[in-house]
Amino acid sequence: MGNELLKLEGIEKSFPGVKALDGVNLTVTAGRVMALVGENGAGKSTLMKVLTGIYKRDAGTMTYLGKKVTFKGPAQSQKAGISIIHQELNLLPELSIAENIFLGREQVGSLGNILWNRMYTEADNLLKRLGISRSSKTRLGELGIGEQQMVEIAKALSFESRVIIMDEPTDALTDTETQALFTVINELRDADYGVVYISHRLKEIFDICDDVTILRDGKFIAEMPVAELTEETMIELMVGRKLEEQYPRIAVAKGNVQLKTDNLSADGVNEVCLEVCEGEIVGVAGLMGAGRTELMKAIFGANPVTGGCIIINGKKVHISTPKDALEAGIAFISEDRKADGLILGLSVKENMTLAALKHFSHAAGQVYHAKERDAVNQYIETFNIKTPSRKQAVGNLSGGNQQKVAIAKGLMTRPKVLILDEPTRGVDVGAKKEIYQLINTFKKEGMSIILVSSDMPEILGMSDRIVVMHEGRISGEFTAAEADQETIMACAVGKTR
Amino acid sequence: MTIQKKSLSTRLIEQKTLIALLAMILVVSLLNPNFFTTGNILNILRQTAVNAVIAVGMTMVILTAGIDLSVGSILALCGAIGASLIAAELPVAVAVGTSLAAGAIVGGVTGIIIAKGKVQAFIATLVAMTLVRGLTLVYTDGRPISTGFTDVADSFAVIGTGYLFGVPVPVWIMAVTFLGAWYLLNHTRLGRYIYALGGNETATRLSGINVDRIKIYVYAISGVLSALAGLIVTSRLSSAQPTAGAGYELDAIAAVVLGGTSLMGGKGTIIGTLLGALIIGFLNNALNLLDVSSYYQMIAKALVILLAVLIDTKSK
Repeated sequence: MGNELLKLEGIEKSFPGVKALDGVNLTVTAGRVMALVGENGAGKSTLMKVLTGIYKRDAGTMTYLGKKVTFKGPAQSQKAGISIIHQELNLLPELSIAENIFLGREQVGSLGNILWNRMYTEADNLLKRLGISRSSKTRLGELGIGEQQMVEIAKALSFESRVIIMDEPTDALTDTETQALFTVINELRDADYGVVYISHRLKEIFDICDDVTILRDGKFIAEMPVAELTEETMIELMVGRKLEEQYPRIAVAKGNVQLKTDNLSADGVNEVCLEVCEGEIVGVAGLMGAGRTELMKAIFGANPVTGGCIIINGKKVHISTPKDALEAGIAFISEDRKADGLILGLSVKENMTLAALKHFSHAAGQVYHAKERDAVNQYIETFNIKTPSRKQAVGNLSGGNQQKVAIAKGLMTRPKVLILDEPTRGVDVGAKKEIYQLINTFKKEGMSIILVSSDMPEILGMSDRIVVMHEGRISGEFTAAEADQETIMACAVGKTR
Repeated sequence: MTIQKKSLSTRLIEQKTLIALLAMILVVSLLNPNFFTTGNILNILRQTAVNAVIAVGMTMVILTAGIDLSVGSILALCGAIGASLIAAELPVAVAVGTSLAAGAIVGGVTGIIIAKGKVQAFIATLVAMTLVRGLTLVYTDGRPISTGFTDVADSFAVIGTGYLFGVPVPVWIMAVTFLGAWYLLNHTRLGRYIYALGGNETATRLSGINVDRIKIYVYAISGVLSALAGLIVTSRLSSAQPTAGAGYELDAIAAVVLGGTSLMGGKGTIIGTLLGALIIGFLNNALNLLDVSSYYQMIAKALVILLAVLIDTKSK
C-alpha cells in the first residue's frame, strides 16, 4: 500500500428537502485507482462538489497530504493538486491545445507578453507523456472527444496534481479511445498518482480499478478491494437488493402493423423501410452516426423528410412538425434529455404535462389544475419517481428520475407509437430495470415501441425484432431468436445480410 | 430522502423585493410625514401605472428569453394615433381600439421577424425602436398633437385623469392588466408555454408546441400594452408628444429585473414585476419629497437597482 493522499471522513451535506450525503468516507491512495460507484442520486457528484469546495460540507473532515483542509472552490483545490475531469469537458474549442492547458496561467514576460514558445514546448512535452501525437498548436475543436479528454488530463498533470478524479470518462468514448485512456490511467498509477474513477460501467471498474467505494442514497456502504467482489455482489451493494433477471422480456401477441416507413429518406437517412406492430418492441442497433437518431427525428417531424412516406394504421400521414407527429400518435423520448427532452428549470408537473397540456385544459386555454395534479401524482407513483414533490424542479432530480419524467411526458400524450432513443443512458442499474418493466407494461397495453440503443445486451434482451442500421440504411434485420452480438455487430459495421 | 421545512431566512430572501419595498416606505414615512398619506400613495400608484403596464408586457417577453426595446417608440406612435383620431372627433372607442390594434400589429410584426426571420430579439426590437420613432416623427411632423377642446376630448381625458370609486383610472387599468397577466401566466396553456419556451426552446418545440406562434404572441401583447400606456400618457396631457416614451424600455426592464425575473428566460413572476415597478415609483416619489435634485435622483435610482440585483445574485 502506498501513501494516503486524501481522506474524507464522515462527510454530511443537506439541501433544502434532501439529505444528500450522510456520513460518507473516501480514501485516495498514491499508486492506486479508487472506483466510486452508486446509483444515480447516490451522492457521487455531490461528494465531488463538496471535495472541491463548490458546496460547503455540513460536517466531516478532509485530510489532504496529512493536513486538515477545506477548499473554498475548484480553483483552490486544483492549485493544491486535486483535479477533476468532468463528464462535460470544460475546454474552449476555438483555442489551441496549449492555450487550453495553460488557460489563466499563461507565462508572461516582463512586458506582459505571453511566452508562446515556452508554453508550446511545455504543452508538447505533456502530450508526449500521454502518448498523443498532436502538436499543441492544434485547434482543440479538431480533436475527437477522446483526445479532448486527454487534453484535460494533460491539464491536470500541468498543475502537478497528486489526485486526479474522472467523472464518467468513457461515456462518450469509442472502444479504442477507452483502451487508450486505460493505458494512461495505468501510467498514472505507476507514477504514484491517486486516481478516483467514477463510472456506471461495472466492467470497466473490474478492468482498471484497485479499490471501490460504494455509496447508496447518500450513505457510505462499503470500501474494499475490487478483487473481493463480483459484478453481482457489487450491484447488490449498490442497489441494496438482489437484482433478478436484468431484462424481463414478456411475450405479447402481436397485433396489426401500427407504423410503417416506406423508403423514408432524410438528412443522414436513406430509403428506410421499417415496420412496428401493436404490442411489439423493435430494437434499432447500430454504431454512432449510423443515422438511427436521424431516422427517429424524421419520423417525429423534428428533421425534414426528403423522400418516402410514413404510414400509420394503413393510412399515409403527413408529418412535418413534432406537433403533427404527436397528433398522429407518435411520442419520442430523446437521447439527450437535457437539451431536447426536459426543461430543467420547470417543475416535474410542468414538464410532464407540457406536450399533453391540451388534455388538461379548456379549449380556450384555461388549465385545469386539479386534473393535472391528479394525473401527475399518479405517474409519479406508478413510475416510482423519487422527488420531494411534483413542484420540484426537474434539474434537481437524478438522471434516472429525470428519464422517468421524460418518459411520463411522452406517455401523457397517449401515444400509439413510442420511440425511445437510448432510454437508459446515464441511468443507474436499479432505475434501468424499472424502466424496462415500464416499457414492458406499455407493450402489454398494445403500444408499438421502437427502442434505439447502443447497449447490446439491452437490445438483445428487450426486443422482439432487431433492425441494424449502417450509414443511414438498414443493413440487417433479425428476430430475437436469431440475433446475437456478433451478427449485429457485423451488420453495424456494414456487412449486409 | 428527508423532507425539511424551508427555513425562515430562505423565506425572507424569497420575499426580498416585498421587504425592500416595505422598508423603503417605512423609512421615508418617518422622514417625511406627507409620504404615507392616501393622497400621495394614490398619486404614486398613478405615476407608476404607465411603467407598470409596459413592464407587464416586458415580463412576458423576458420570460421567453427575449427583450423588447421598442416599447417607448410604440407608446409614442400609438399615443399620436389616438390623439389624432380624438382631434378628428371620432368616438373614444374607435380611437382607443385603433391605437391598441396598431400596437398589436407593430409588436406582432416584430415578433414575426424574430420568430420566422430568426433575428435576435435585441436587434429586431432595436430596429423597431428606431423605425417606429421615425414613423412617429413623420406622422406628427415632429410636433405635439393636441386632442382638442371637444366633448370627445373631454371624455378621452378620463383615461388619464379620471377617478373611479376614489381611485385614479390609470391605477384601475394597471390593476386589471396585472390580474389579466397573472391569470394568463399561471392558469392558461399560453402562460405555461411562455415559461417552457424561455426554459428550453428545443425541448418546447419537440413537445409539439408552435414556438413561433408563442413568440409572436408575446411581442404582440407587449405592443398592445405599450399602446395602452401611450393612451394613458396622451389622455393625461391631452396631447401626444412625438418624443414621448424615450427611455421607458429601460425603466420597464429595471422593474422586471428588480422583480426577480431572469434575463435568461423561464424564471420569474408577474407579482415580482409589480413590486419592482412599485419600488421604482415609490423611489422617484420619495426622492422628490426629500428634495433630492433630479440629477442625483438618477444616480440614486441606478444604485438602488444595482444593489437589488447584487443581492439577488448573492442569494442564488
